[in-house]
Amino acid sequence: MQKTVNHRAWLLVLPVVLSVAFSAILPLMTVVNYSVQDILGPGQRVWVGNEWFIDTVRNPDLHAAFWRNLLFSFQVLLIQIPLGIAVALALPAKGWQASLSLVLIALPLLIPWNVVGTIWQIFGRADIGLGGYFVNNILGLSYNYTLEPRDAWITVLVMDVWHWTPLVALLCYAGLRAIPDPFYQAARIDGARLWSIFWYIQLPKLRGVLLIAVLLRFMDSFMIYTEPFVVTGGGPGTATTFLSIYLSNIAIGQFDLGNGSAFSLIYFLLIQILCFVFYTAILRAGRK
Amino acid sequence: MKSKVQISWRGTAVLVYFVLLMLPIYWLINMSLKTNNEILGGLTLLPNAPTFDNYLQIFTDPAWYSGYLNSIAYTVLNTVMSVAVALPAAYAFSRYNFLGDNHLFFWLLTNRMAPAAVFLLPFFQLYQNIGLFDTHLGVALAHMLFNVPLAVWILEGFMSGVPKEIDETAAIDGYSFPRFFFRLFLPLIRSGIGVTAFFTFMFSWVELLLARTLTTVNAKPIAATMTRTVSASGIDWGLLAAAGVLTILPGALVIYFVRNYIAKGFALGRV
Repeated sequence: MQKTVNHRAWLLVLPVVLSVAFSAILPLMTVVNYSVQDILGPGQRVWVGNEWFIDTVRNPDLHAAFWRNLLFSFQVLLIQIPLGIAVALALPAKGWQASLSLVLIALPLLIPWNVVGTIWQIFGRADIGLGGYFVNNILGLSYNYTLEPRDAWITVLVMDVWHWTPLVALLCYAGLRAIPDPFYQAARIDGARLWSIFWYIQLPKLRGVLLIAVLLRFMDSFMIYTEPFVVTGGGPGTATTFLSIYLSNIAIGQFDLGNGSAFSLIYFLLIQILCFVFYTAILRAGRK
Repeated sequence: MKSKVQISWRGTAVLVYFVLLMLPIYWLINMSLKTNNEILGGLTLLPNAPTFDNYLQIFTDPAWYSGYLNSIAYTVLNTVMSVAVALPAAYAFSRYNFLGDNHLFFWLLTNRMAPAAVFLLPFFQLYQNIGLFDTHLGVALAHMLFNVPLAVWILEGFMSGVPKEIDETAAIDGYSFPRFFFRLFLPLIRSGIGVTAFFTFMFSWVELLLARTLTTVNAKPIAATMTRTVSASGIDWGLLAAAGVLTILPGALVIYFVRNYIAKGFALGRV
């Protein structure tokens, strides 16, 4: 759409800027303030400059948490995006079945995150949980997410797939409904197979919603906190200690504000850079 | 013949997916209807003697049900405020170029990416200083941080789908801007507003970290109240499950009401 230049549009944007800036800028300034000082107690603080930042960048535990989190986000995208597209393609398009499907599929999205954690904490237990019982006693595999690092990882991953694939599916479903019928009619006349309809019509039309889905899923999985915290508490050992959990251990657990603040600023910057890369990559891929 | 086989394959796949999707929720409901003795005594697919005691305990104890009301109060407040401020802004982004518009848009989105854990303490200090600590308004305001950018993003998509000629025709017909905006424009993007409200409600309802930090008693969310189930004698699984089931209900209601908007609504917007 052709937009006109109108600087008075700022007046329309002002309420948004004020309401977001209130909660964004003041706390951010405080965090910057913490990150360059050592706070020993009320009124006792020492200027340390970039020491916390150097500490943070060189911390091997943090590197481990970073790679662990990156691997997790990568697995999340690898599973949820294709699965979400597949579910969206398979869902009924019309009638009461469509309404029912939408209601059911959106359900996990509206459960508070710590309750999601609670659900899987219960579901995965070998003694009182259906899932854990099934894997242990009927499949005959030994599975215990509180003791085995591999099982804890799988539990958190399966939980995230259960929780968030519906978002990808809903977005794609909406995208699919936006494709006008003539596209399909033309494809039918040309005798296109299902696969080529998907590859040449549906997937390109889904580019916009997929961009949103990938960005949202990446951001949220890279900041995942509540669900693994409830289920595994970051353990066993450090098996599911993702960046946010590590960060809160430092900032809240040890009350190490300087380190925590430097860490969170780097973390914040990192997420922004990665998202920006995704954003431009997907936009470019669509233009070619 | 071929297409029939494909449809049934598709139907089966969808059915399997939904069964897997519902299993953990079914299990939660199942547990919420059992006594703790039965839960710990052995695995049963249906409660032997269904009991509503767990629910009764929640509905009769103010410490429990006030958490429930608090959550609903700040979530609704947040939804209304987020959509209200996002509407004019989304209109500006969809219709005009102005100084720094792209930078502003990206800045808004970056606020969704701030790691919560370290921002908690500054948030706590800020809200305590301005007297909004432990109020519904305080939590609603804090949640605007991540909901407003999202609302602007979604609404902008819907508004870009409305041809600009409508604006111009209305201006020629002598509509003032507010009258045009409220009487003509907003009804056109009704479904977009529905979808936006759904998403802001959802993200505010499910967020716990900020809500828990900014409240102690008067505005404490239900999700935070759930830690009460852990006591010296262990976890009260039945009560925990019942509280969990109750946190799912408002969400289920909201989806039920906006279900047609989701299907139709998304189709109009760019989202």
